[in-house]
Amino acid sequence: MTTLMVDAQSIHKSFGINEVLKGITLEVEPGEVVCLLGPSGSGKSTFLRCINHLEKINAGRLYVDGELVGYRQQGDRLHELHDKEIARKRTEIGMVFQNFNLFPHMTALENITEAPTRVKGEPKHDVNARARDLLAKVGLSEKVGAYPRQLSGGQQQRVAIARALAMRPKLMLFDEPTSALDPELVGDVLAVMRDLARSGMTMVVVTHEIGFAREVADKVVFMDGGVVVEQGLPSEVISNPRHERTKAFLAQVL
Amino acid sequence: MTAEVPASERPADIRAVPARHPGRWVATAVVLVLLAMQVHLLFTNKNFGWSVVRRYLFNPIVRRGIVTTMELTILAMVIGVFLGIVLAVMRLSKNPVTSWVSWVYIWFFRGTPVLVQIIFWFNINLLIKSFSLGVPFGPTFVSWKVNSLITPFVAAVLALGLNEAAYMAEIVRAGLLSVDEGQTEAAYALGMTRLGTLIRIVLPQAMRVIIPPTGNETISMLKTSSLAYTISVLELLRATQSIAARNLETIPLLLVASIWYIVMTSVLTGGQFYVERYFARGASRTMPSTPLQMIRSNLRTLGGRRRR
Ligand SMILES: Nc1ncnc2c1ncn2[C@@H]1O[C@H](COP(=O)(O)OP(=O)(O)OP(=O)(O)O)[C@@H](O)[C@H]1O
Ligand SMILES: [Mg+2]
Repeated sequence: MTTLMVDAQSIHKSFGINEVLKGITLEVEPGEVVCLLGPSGSGKSTFLRCINHLEKINAGRLYVDGELVGYRQQGDRLHELHDKEIARKRTEIGMVFQNFNLFPHMTALENITEAPTRVKGEPKHDVNARARDLLAKVGLSEKVGAYPRQLSGGQQQRVAIARALAMRPKLMLFDEPTSALDPELVGDVLAVMRDLARSGMTMVVVTHEIGFAREVADKVVFMDGGVVVEQGLPSEVISNPRHERTKAFLAQVL
Repeated sequence: MTAEVPASERPADIRAVPARHPGRWVATAVVLVLLAMQVHLLFTNKNFGWSVVRRYLFNPIVRRGIVTTMELTILAMVIGVFLGIVLAVMRLSKNPVTSWVSWVYIWFFRGTPVLVQIIFWFNINLLIKSFSLGVPFGPTFVSWKVNSLITPFVAAVLALGLNEAAYMAEIVRAGLLSVDEGQTEAAYALGMTRLGTLIRIVLPQAMRVIIPPTGNETISMLKTSSLAYTISVLELLRATQSIAARNLETIPLLLVASIWYIVMTSVLTGGQFYVERYFARGASRTMPSTPLQMIRSNLRTLGGRRRR
């Protein structure tokens, strides 16, 4: 048996008295593409942010590639990890945001090279070459020296994907990567993600692009109100949903 | 599909006669006449004593005063900016103690006049006789006499710098808060540490908000440094006044001081422009134009002529 890439066991998360995740259990195999669907406020982003410890969970156990996220277990006790260790673990998990969050004071190339050189201390020369390759891969070879504000939304998001990939992550998290884009720009970004999925990258994707989920996902998870309502193959969850809430949601977005 | 238009059918470039702006010319004329009257007064009133001004403009004592004023300004601003950044970060930290200490610091130093602080530091030896390095409440290793350590110049630098830090802290804090939280998250998600994120991602972006008021603060500091006059630091004002005390040419020597203050603030204003331009990179699709480019485009607007 291989280690699961993500192993979430009954994750609970509250903001104050507002419990947002009420026991999420979810498994992601290495190389698998999992799409998270669900209405606004159902806790999809929160769950995704728990995976790289941008949010602390209140209860449950969360493992990435066999290692506990954010804590070290000694006997029965959990010890909080140091900021440095948390940061080091995040280097293995790439994240792509809804509104790109590129660094506006850096060029496309600098955005990509910043973390590999500064965080991992890789030689600048190698990183530059790799960054150019990645930009070519996402179809932006000519935009090496462009600042984010000089790029369209779709181009920015592709640079953001390249930036995450430059760290050579073993897991990629996408939080509605195409929601902020004009419809005609969505296709370019989805194409890049499709290529990435085909190359064997493990991906957890929060999306409203049902077509993409149906085509690319190995597993579709429908969340509502902080719980997983149903999960399974796209052909099951999207084409033949069993739960009323899933049916209602799909009827709305399709 | 439309057929491609052959190059020969491209319409000719527009070469229109530019619109005239007579209003602009009238306004310009009025302003220039008023200006000429001022200049006329300046040079015909004997009491201004321009020949005295000329004689003392590059006087060695005045030159030393200029250097001292610049030293005071630079050192105080360096202390102000760095301590200000530290205070701002402390203020925004999750640790309630550091945040509170920063708040109290700002409250205290903004709440008392800087002149009082200058005189206070000048008289610090009345409060503390010696200053030593060692284990807190334990043995000491080295110790200095405060009187020899805190010269009037040092007292002025400390007072101006520590006071400035309180203002800079608020400016820096506003800058840090202006940076979108998504930037910090993206940096964390890439595995950057808190400090790395602050230095590489947040501060450079905050600079766009921090620089303009810091430019103001520097210019203001240049002038505020004249308060060191009161504790007999030989800066620009005291230098000119010491000459005036001997030759009684009060007005001409005040003019000498004013001229140099204006020269220095003008240089700072120019410098500020280029620093702002540097930190604006990536902030907009086009770079702001340099003064030379601006003068050229202004002349063009005034003339209403288009150069080809
Ligand atoms: N930092 C926070 N502080 C307090 N409440 C929060 C915070 N972040 C999220 N929430 C709340 O948690 C709930 C779930 O939010 P989340 O962003 O995970 O939803 P989502 O499924 O991603 O929705 P959407 O599709 O709109 O992005 C919401 O009710 C939201 O108000
Ligand atoms: Mg969300």
